[in-house]
Amino acid sequence: MEKTAFELNGTSLTVKPVGELDSMTSPIFEEELRRHLPSVRSITVDFAQVDYISSAGLRVFLAVDQTLENQGAEMKLIHVNENIMEIFELVGFLDVVTVE
Amino acid sequence: MDQMTISATVDQIRGVTLFVNERLDAQGCSQRIKVQVDVAIDEILSNIAHYAYNPETGPATVRVEVEEDPLCVVIAFIDHGIPFDPLAEERPDLTHLPKAERPIGGLGLFMVKKTMDDVSYTYKDGQNILTIRKKI
Repeated sequence: MEKTAFELNGTSLTVKPVGELDSMTSPIFEEELRRHLPSVRSITVDFAQVDYISSAGLRVFLAVDQTLENQGAEMKLIHVNENIMEIFELVGFLDVVTVE
Repeated sequence: MDQMTISATVDQIRGVTLFVNERLDAQGCSQRIKVQVDVAIDEILSNIAHYAYNPETGPATVRVEVEEDPLCVVIAFIDHGIPFDPLAEERPDLTHLPKAERPIGGLGLFMVKKTMDDVSYTYKDGQNILTIRKKI
């Protein structure tokens, strides 16, 4: 997984992960993402350059979404390709997280 | 049949994915199926890495075979750890519990069962053998 870009604009954070969100990369990704959480009100995760996501990656978004909800902030996922969308649909992820 | 043996740790999984993808590419496999197989490899090997030998670690062997008519890939994951049938778990329900309480643990194998054409488990000669089959 290449380096994730974090772009903070006021209290809005845009996150651009690159490559695979799997069991090896997800813990590092979560750690980096969590460092940005305290100051944000909204997060947009741009999936344009994500090749695939396994349950380790899905867990990160469920856990982070919970943290954000507790602090009254929101998260949405954009540019999700159809292979990944299929995985989201399969596990009921779309009931939990906002995908645009 | 091709096979490779790794130490069952999550940092070894990518090597297996590349090893299997080479064989899928040689068959002209679609990106969609490759993504599903890659996710299945990550789910199954990370399960083995976390649970099979806990708290120590041990080997995992991956055997890849391409079958014809219909063209499909068959991948067997073999470990010598604690006997455990991952297929016995039910689908976790994500929707009816508060987010923090959702049982995400079984999510991975559920994804494997849904995306592969067949998943089977046997315990033989002290080995857990989980086999997936996917038409390509």
